[in-house]
Amino acid sequence: MGKRTVIPFGPQHPVLPEPIHLDLVLEDEVVVEAIPQIGYVHRGLEKLVEKKDYQQYTYVAERICGICSFMHGMGYCQTIESIMNVEIPERAKFLRTIWAELSRMHSHTLWLGLLADAFGFESLFMHSWRIREKILDIFEETTGGRVIFSVCDVGGVRKDISAETLKKIDKIMDELEKEFKEITDVFFNDASVKSRTVGVGVLSKQAAHDLGAVGPMARASGIESDMRSQGYAAYGKLDFKPIVETAGDCYARTSVRMKEIYQSIDLVKQCIAIIPEGDIKVKVTGNPNGEYFTRIEQPRGEVVYYAKANGTKYLDRVRVRTPTFANIPPLLETLKGCALADVPILVVTIDPCISCTER
Amino acid sequence: MSILSMTKTLFKSIAHGPYTVLYPIKKKDSFDRTRGKVAIEISECIYCSMCQRRCPTGAIKVDKANQSWSIERLQCIQCSYCTEVCPKKCLHMDNQYTAPSFAGVRDEFVNARIPDNKENN
Repeated sequence: MGKRTVIPFGPQHPVLPEPIHLDLVLEDEVVVEAIPQIGYVHRGLEKLVEKKDYQQYTYVAERICGICSFMHGMGYCQTIESIMNVEIPERAKFLRTIWAELSRMHSHTLWLGLLADAFGFESLFMHSWRIREKILDIFEETTGGRVIFSVCDVGGVRKDISAETLKKIDKIMDELEKEFKEITDVFFNDASVKSRTVGVGVLSKQAAHDLGAVGPMARASGIESDMRSQGYAAYGKLDFKPIVETAGDCYARTSVRMKEIYQSIDLVKQCIAIIPEGDIKVKVTGNPNGEYFTRIEQPRGEVVYYAKANGTKYLDRVRVRTPTFANIPPLLETLKGCALADVPILVVTIDPCISCTER
Repeated sequence: MSILSMTKTLFKSIAHGPYTVLYPIKKKDSFDRTRGKVAIEISECIYCSMCQRRCPTGAIKVDKANQSWSIERLQCIQCSYCTEVCPKKCLHMDNQYTAPSFAGVRDEFVNARIPDNKENN
């Protein structure tokens, strides 16, 4: 047994998009234990629900995270709508699904770029983000914001997408599919990429289940868990099957996310083909009273929204269990026994969003 | 060879030239819906304070007595909630962003109507 050394990793580190601290216990070059510490970006957004009324809080919920912002707003709105027994119009459900799937594409592309950056493939990183720009332009054109959309509202959505723009999005999806192919071919087949991902950080199916992995992390280890199969929003009307890999290593996790990009393109096209005409919002009157749990699938995994209302316009409690929080124990498991040089890739591979985790 | 899988994309992008724009010289077109900043048509405003009550961040202040409407630009989150609740539709979202600043900027708009003639307005 070699001499044990502790290396502090983060909260400021070139590879980390957000601050998380890990104490890495090493024996020579091999990690034997990792002790995490979070708490650098806590903003008290859950507490803010006592000060903002339930409609204003939609905008706060959206700002929990910058990447899955739309899905935070959507999760919150679904929870409040369920408490108030509001059935939103069909068109609003489809619009929400379109924006949610576009968000998933832009989140996964961002992640692919970060992964390329983590193993030092800078041009691949640049090209991933170049493609992402087209999706951000769609967001700006349809909602007015590139990152924070502010279109989700209790009772539906606030902005409609015209038939002309939908046709344009459909065309852009075809173009994107071709461009993504160029990039994903590199991730799938390039020898230098494969040497850094294949067989690195294997998480077995049993370990993923026991440690409560969610999202692509769980699906890469062979667990078929995708909240979209529940059929919330318009997913019930779409042809959808979760993407599952069995290897459980970094390559499998990359592969799940890349296949999900193509799946999202397909889902957006399906939505555009069958989106019904009609209203986009129902008027919501009164205040919510009761409590409800909602589970939806974000790009990073399953998010749980809980809200408790007391009949006034201010809610008693909102609780968000974010996917990164659930994926930290599996991360610590994969870190055990890995080389120090692989730590950045393993940390990035769970797609960490620390702002979500701490709120 | 699998190690050269990126080559095609790289040559294509060399031929294409830069994908980014040189910002101050060439500006990117904004879209109709782009939410840059809140703008007000002050002559239309009836000072009902609806925007002030609904603003999630408390950036807007309405003073009925002095007929003024002001907004703290750094507090505003450009959610455009105020533009939706405005009964006179005198608020709208401008496509241009506010200029960057180090300190808080409070933009105040005062109605130019003559105070003596208030009853007739």
